[in-house]
Amino acid sequence: MKVDEVPQDKGMIGDYGHEVCYAVGSNGRYTLSPSLGWEAKNVVNDQAWSVIAQETAKMHALVQSGELSPIAYYQAKHQMDIGLLARYVDMARWRVKRHRRPEVFDRLPERILRRYATVFGVSLAELKTVPATCTPDLIRRR
Amino acid sequence: MDALIPFPHRQTAHCESGVTANLLRHHDLECSEALAFGIGEGIFFGYLPFIRINHLPLTTFRCSVGTIFTKVNRRLGVAVRRHRFRDPEKAMAALDEKLAEGVPVGCQTGAYWLPYFPPAFRFHFNMHNLVVIGRDKDDYLISDPVFEKVVRCHKDDLRRARFARGTLAPRGAMYYLEAVPPNPDMAGAARQGLVKVCKTMLRTPVPFLGVRGIGFLADRLEKWPKKLGDDLALLHLGQLIRMQEEIGTGGGGFRFMYAAFLQEAAVLLGRAPLFQLSERMTLIGDTWRRFAVSGARICKGRAKAGDTYGELAEILRECGRTERGIYTDLLELLQ
Repeated sequence: MKVDEVPQDKGMIGDYGHEVCYAVGSNGRYTLSPSLGWEAKNVVNDQAWSVIAQETAKMHALVQSGELSPIAYYQAKHQMDIGLLARYVDMARWRVKRHRRPEVFDRLPERILRRYATVFGVSLAELKTVPATCTPDLIRRR
Repeated sequence: MDALIPFPHRQTAHCESGVTANLLRHHDLECSEALAFGIGEGIFFGYLPFIRINHLPLTTFRCSVGTIFTKVNRRLGVAVRRHRFRDPEKAMAALDEKLAEGVPVGCQTGAYWLPYFPPAFRFHFNMHNLVVIGRDKDDYLISDPVFEKVVRCHKDDLRRARFARGTLAPRGAMYYLEAVPPNPDMAGAARQGLVKVCKTMLRTPVPFLGVRGIGFLADRLEKWPKKLGDDLALLHLGQLIRMQEEIGTGGGGFRFMYAAFLQEAAVLLGRAPLFQLSERMTLIGDTWRRFAVSGARICKGRAKAGDTYGELAEILRECGRTERGIYTDLLELLQ
């Protein structure tokens, strides 16, 4: 890659400055050259976020229909699987799985709920509900 | 402002090699990112379908995390101290103590919790390295090598990032240089790094690592649409391209960075043929980029003529063949 071939396709970096690429200068030597992004990377990054958005929307619907507790929604929103969430709240996986059942969730004591709320960065009141709508933009923050 | 250590912050392409180079420079040892990457045997290839990230196979273009830092310091004779913690409060106190002594401290963090990261980059990725260089009340000042300028991060966020959970959890890992020799043998270290890389790339005992791994991936990739169905195949392809380009590689899955190292090594070792090998490495980087462009078009649903999994596999095989040639010639040159 030559310096004048370094792509400048704005996208995933947004207004956060630029990254640097290694490129060959006119004297044949490598230099570090700023890049605003690259279309190929933007495409695959979008793809990854749309998977997260789809998963979150699916969980959102299941919470609203009363099949799962709001934990499932926040878990998907934070890109966590059961194992990762269990590590964050310091509980066994089977307990986290159980807490995803609405009837169990409704009876959870505050100290347990607080652990989830801290990890997800929400208040206790927010943890007990999900937003009315779940739009992809809410998750894909670009 | 409580304390700010004068630190030579330079933006680099990759976090670990950048942190290594910047820390050495702070201790008056001039070392570029590419040189640190080369001495630390950064370049690698591995396709590990049995390790899953987001339910998709792991592909790596670099050696395992921490290796660059460790090997550079070992080869240059630098004394390093490392700590890990159980208690987040103790971890933050130890950090403050070192900062008060005027020592810049490297930390391993989880990128997901760093608020200064662009949102699009915030995935659970626990191997992000940065250097803390000062504190201003509740904010820490951080030389994060993939950012242009020194960034700020609230202490609660930094604590969270240092104690991210999951795969390769950092457990508050921090490290700093204790003693740097005045005139280490850079040429010798570069030579060691070169020879070792060639050997690992050429002589892997298993088919999914080194240059053989590239061919292995090509064979697998060709069968993805049939084996996984179109949708899942697209996700596999997207993840592969992300691993190659997104995670701060400097382009072409670290191949350009390694080509830059070969140029520096040519000067250090006084071996002109290394310049030609650098040019060949650049062409390989370009081939990997061509793979990413074609693959991304498929992912976007805008495939042109020639954008098929079969063609992609052919590009990969070409990468594997040419890389094998380079490492073989490199080894011959140095032995």
